[in-house]
Amino acid sequence: MTTAAKQDDRARDLVSATRLVAEREVKSFLRTKAFWIGLGMIVVGLFASSILPAVLGGGQTKVVTVGAQAAEALTGADLEISSVGDLAAAQELVRSEEVEAAVVPDTSGESATGVRVVALTDPPTDVVAALRTAPPVDLLDPSEVGGGQRQLVIVVFALTFLVFGMGGTAIAQSTVTEKQTRIVEILVATVPVRALLAGKIVGHTLLTLGQVLVLAVVTPVALRLGGHSELLALVAPALAWFVPFLVLGFVLLAAMWAVAGAVVSRQEDLGSSMGLVMMLVIGPYFGVMFFSDDATALAVLSFVPFSSAIAMPVRLFEGQAAAWEALVAMGLLAATVVLIVLLASRLYSRSLLHTGGKLALAKAWTRED
Amino acid sequence: MLTVTSISRSFGDHQILDGVSFEVLPGRMTGFLGANGSGKTTTMRIVLGVLAAHAGTVTWRGSPITGGVRRRFGYMPEERGLYPKMGVAEQISWLGQLHGLDQAAARRNTERLLDQLELGHRAKDNLEELSLGNQQRAQIAAALVHDPVVLILDEPFSGLDPIAVETVLGVLRERAANGVPVLFSSHQLSVVERLCDDVVIISGGRIAASGARDELRARYGTRRFELVVASDAGWVRDVPGVRVVDVDGPRAVFELDGPDDADQVVLEAALRRGSVRSFTPVVPTLDEIFMEAI
Repeated sequence: MTTAAKQDDRARDLVSATRLVAEREVKSFLRTKAFWIGLGMIVVGLFASSILPAVLGGGQTKVVTVGAQAAEALTGADLEISSVGDLAAAQELVRSEEVEAAVVPDTSGESATGVRVVALTDPPTDVVAALRTAPPVDLLDPSEVGGGQRQLVIVVFALTFLVFGMGGTAIAQSTVTEKQTRIVEILVATVPVRALLAGKIVGHTLLTLGQVLVLAVVTPVALRLGGHSELLALVAPALAWFVPFLVLGFVLLAAMWAVAGAVVSRQEDLGSSMGLVMMLVIGPYFGVMFFSDDATALAVLSFVPFSSAIAMPVRLFEGQAAAWEALVAMGLLAATVVLIVLLASRLYSRSLLHTGGKLALAKAWTRED
Repeated sequence: MLTVTSISRSFGDHQILDGVSFEVLPGRMTGFLGANGSGKTTTMRIVLGVLAAHAGTVTWRGSPITGGVRRRFGYMPEERGLYPKMGVAEQISWLGQLHGLDQAAARRNTERLLDQLELGHRAKDNLEELSLGNQQRAQIAAALVHDPVVLILDEPFSGLDPIAVETVLGVLRERAANGVPVLFSSHQLSVVERLCDDVVIISGGRIAASGARDELRARYGTRRFELVVASDAGWVRDVPGVRVVDVDGPRAVFELDGPDDADQVVLEAALRRGSVRSFTPVVPTLDEIFMEAI
């Protein structure tokens, strides 16, 4: 056999072993209760965050009118209507958020009904709908996306990231199970360690993406039920960016999770080795939540490999980042992925056959085969 | 033929293997004997590529072992382990595929093996629901599912009841008869004595003795005989060249130092004194060879 043919064979063996390992991971996790409970909780969380604010913030929308024509235009509408004498007083009430909108006489002649709507940040859909013909809307403090909606988008992204946490824990657990039951010795004697690591990463990436897909399908339903249909069109382009960021972000963490599983020998010790990796999941989650109002901090987070997977799509969604920025962030993330996977591959194979207590990373690095 | 040549390995300052060489011949069951900590498991791990040797080589049919060839070896590690929450048949068949079988062949082999090992009725159960003895049978199936070209089994009989030992033995013998070299370690000498064709004895990381079982017996065997006569056998002590091991009434066990026909001299002397019930050479047990070799 020629050298090239041998290499072909080896590559084929590696691919088929990786596929088998990935397949087993997916099948065995689809069979666990924890997987379905976790997914169920995330779907429930999504619906809750979309619908609850509308329900809890319930009651009628408060509107103030100026002039008889405005009051007449809203006759019969399901709104809590009060009236003030002039435009300035109405604007003041809108600014102080005592009312959601003001309906005032139109002086420009733009409006067919002769009234305009004044609101703070977003066009008030229910008020506009109550007027038979859509009036012009003046926003006092316009932003592309409303505050509540913005929070909602962050929640959606963050929920997706929590799916990561579950997927990653699953990788670490599966690795340590193989060590604890000692089947790892048969596996290592049969296929290259690279195939074991790659199979785990591929399998759990597919599982996690599958869950993200479920989220992608139920999100429009949740948004519609929560009365945020218009948000969908805004979220769609950011989602398109979110997916590649998600895949890269997950592979990055997956490699680290596998190492966290490989350095210990018992499930009970897993907590201690997973600490750092969990920090790298939870840190960015809180970082983005916390700094969501601080454009500069968010910009920094959107380039840091561990938080870029959430921060960059959020910035893209808000129109704060250009496409080139997203590409740069993705390039940084991809480079980090390559680096971490290479490091993890060495640490993983060195610590896989170690038994006993937790293995220090430095020791794992220098350990012999 | 599997050939191990001068392999050495240490862990830290601790030399575990020191120039270990032996062969495992096709179609033969080779017993690998050694006390605890003598280096049996380390040797097997090196043959399987789980551990690297610091010196020496392992070859299969004269060539160094590549990953592709090793994938077709069958291995049962000392520390047993399969997936506890996975079905018995499912995981054995999965391991078969991992060893390079296609799905249909893996399923077929799994079904046949489980039936052979009398585990067919538990095929669909999760491994953790099986008794330890049955888990052990499943472990054997996992080592055999891909029709391995070489079998390396670390203490395959420990934890098995006598009936299970016979069942497993039948399966292993069948493989050996088909030309597969089988290497299995054991510290139960009687088991090895009964089963193996060849013996490798390791002690303190070095090979103390190796070869065909019968040859070893002849090599290490002293010329020992047992004589049973009608009356008291005490007179044997006075025959020149006889070293008495034990005399108990009419029965005497002794060793001979003299010329090759010294046994005939003793027999004639016995016949002169009366009738002889039996006169047999005593073949040493592996136990004795083992104690002598290490």
